[in-house]
Amino acid sequence: MTFNRIGYLIKSGIAGIFSHSLMSFATVTIVTACLIIMGSFSLLLVNIDSLIKGLEKENDEIVAFVNDSLTLEEAEALKDIISSIPNVSGAVFVNRETAMEAFQSDYDKGLFESLNAETFRHRYVIHLSDISIMGETQKQIEAVDGIAKVNAHLEYAKGFISARNIISAVSFILIGILIVVSFFIMSNTIKLATYTRREEIAIMKMVGASNAFIRCPFIVEGLVLGIFGGLLAWFAEWGIYSLATQRILGSAGAGLIKVVDFSTVSTPLLLAFLAVGIVVGIFGGSSAIRNYLKV
Amino acid sequence: MIQMNGVRLVYEPSGAMALDDVDLEIHEGEFAFLVGPSGSGKTSIIKLLTGEVKAERGEISVNGFDLRRIKRRKLPHLRRTLGVIFQDFRLIEKMTVYDNVAFAMRVIGASTDAISKRVPYVLELVGLTGYEKRFPQELSGGEQQRVAIARALVNSPRMIIADEPTGNLDPVRSLEIMLLLGKINELGTTMLVVTHEKELVNAFSRRVIAIDNGNVVCDGMDGYYSYDI
Ligand SMILES: Nc1ncnc2c1ncn2[C@@H]1O[C@H](COP(=O)(O)OP(=O)(O)O)[C@@H](O)[C@H]1O
Ligand SMILES: [Mg+2]
Repeated sequence: MTFNRIGYLIKSGIAGIFSHSLMSFATVTIVTACLIIMGSFSLLLVNIDSLIKGLEKENDEIVAFVNDSLTLEEAEALKDIISSIPNVSGAVFVNRETAMEAFQSDYDKGLFESLNAETFRHRYVIHLSDISIMGETQKQIEAVDGIAKVNAHLEYAKGFISARNIISAVSFILIGILIVVSFFIMSNTIKLATYTRREEIAIMKMVGASNAFIRCPFIVEGLVLGIFGGLLAWFAEWGIYSLATQRILGSAGAGLIKVVDFSTVSTPLLLAFLAVGIVVGIFGGSSAIRNYLKV
Repeated sequence: MIQMNGVRLVYEPSGAMALDDVDLEIHEGEFAFLVGPSGSGKTSIIKLLTGEVKAERGEISVNGFDLRRIKRRKLPHLRRTLGVIFQDFRLIEKMTVYDNVAFAMRVIGASTDAISKRVPYVLELVGLTGYEKRFPQELSGGEQQRVAIARALVNSPRMIIADEPTGNLDPVRSLEIMLLLGKINELGTTMLVVTHEKELVNAFSRRVIAIDNGNVVCDGMDGYYSYDI
């Protein structure tokens, strides 16, 4: 092997890589862009969802008032029965004196100075595991002997549930659309790459290369580009998310808004990006080459 | 070995009938010219033989493959028994002469060892030793066609099919290419050469099959392009 030949090989190799690398760059850029849009949208939804869950936690409270005829001991004894109701995650007994003090401290002290503890009832402050069945749990608690009345904010619960349902439906639809869009863009980009190599493909077929042999490089190419796009998108998403959350936390409303930390979503996000990249890459590559393999 | 009986070919969607009731037999080791005016159906016959198009009616057998019933995934096996040469050479511009020929072996999974033995041999056979590192643009038309012939030969096909292999060449180069194809035929490869160059055909004493309007109109061993266009 002469230096001349090595020179030619290097020259033609670099020429090949260069002409092809433009297409590869375009493909990776597009896949990355689609994944970043998908990812940013998903992270926004994760945060909204977590905010709603936080609000739910603060609003999963039911107050059950104990019948006046019960003695303190009898009232305290109800705790076991209430706690045994399936959806009840916790029940705290509050006697009428504590209730009155809490009430008074919530308002101006002097205003209710003369208030008598007898006007208050013993009560249970109950927390639920699942607020979507708050209504049923309320009925179950009401059915307990010795409970006079149960206060529950059913309308809040309904609001939260429907908000979360709408958000998950919308996010499924949008993420589905984005996957389909990036699949088509990727498939078309690889198609362009195959177009520049159509003569090679025609010759491969003419000399009897099997379809698998012809298809393989394009699938591998799609796969590699997909994985590369997924990794790139993940790193970019990390940067974007960190910047965005810093901004939010640094702004005026900081105390009110809690954001989900990137570390808690980073692994599922990476897996999702790689999965979408791999699937889009394999299908994009094989659908791009399909037309050439018909004859 | 080629056997065609009552073959009809219709191109969809236009419905144009390219071949009608063609009977043709070419034996192992034979050298045959296929002649006829432009549009008579010569290329269509080649496309049928390589499985690129399907006949609407009739029987076709090529090197033991039944082309009316062949499964798509078996087509590569048929094509490995055929070497095809075109008027426009169809070389890959960004590959050297050596790589253009080696490419045909690589894509059917030949070993590096087999490639490094076989490629220099066929390049020598077509008279291109010393041209390995050149690119197609650095070759004359006749030399490019020799590369294409080397590529067609490299996988040791049983038959070579050439569609107007001298159509882009001057008379001297054309004669050289025909002589080369004759030499390859003498080494045992069946040869079917499409052409419409009367003088060239008459310079050889070979079988001449003439077609016109999608029909075989003349088939003689006298080596004469006797059919008048
Ligand atoms: N892909 C095609 N679609 C429709 N008609 C075609 C196609 N290819 C060839 N034909 C027609 O079939 C006939 C034979 O063509 P062809 O086999 O190419 O002739 P030749 O090679 O002898 O010049 C011509 O009338 C041509 O117009
Ligand atoms: Mg033709």
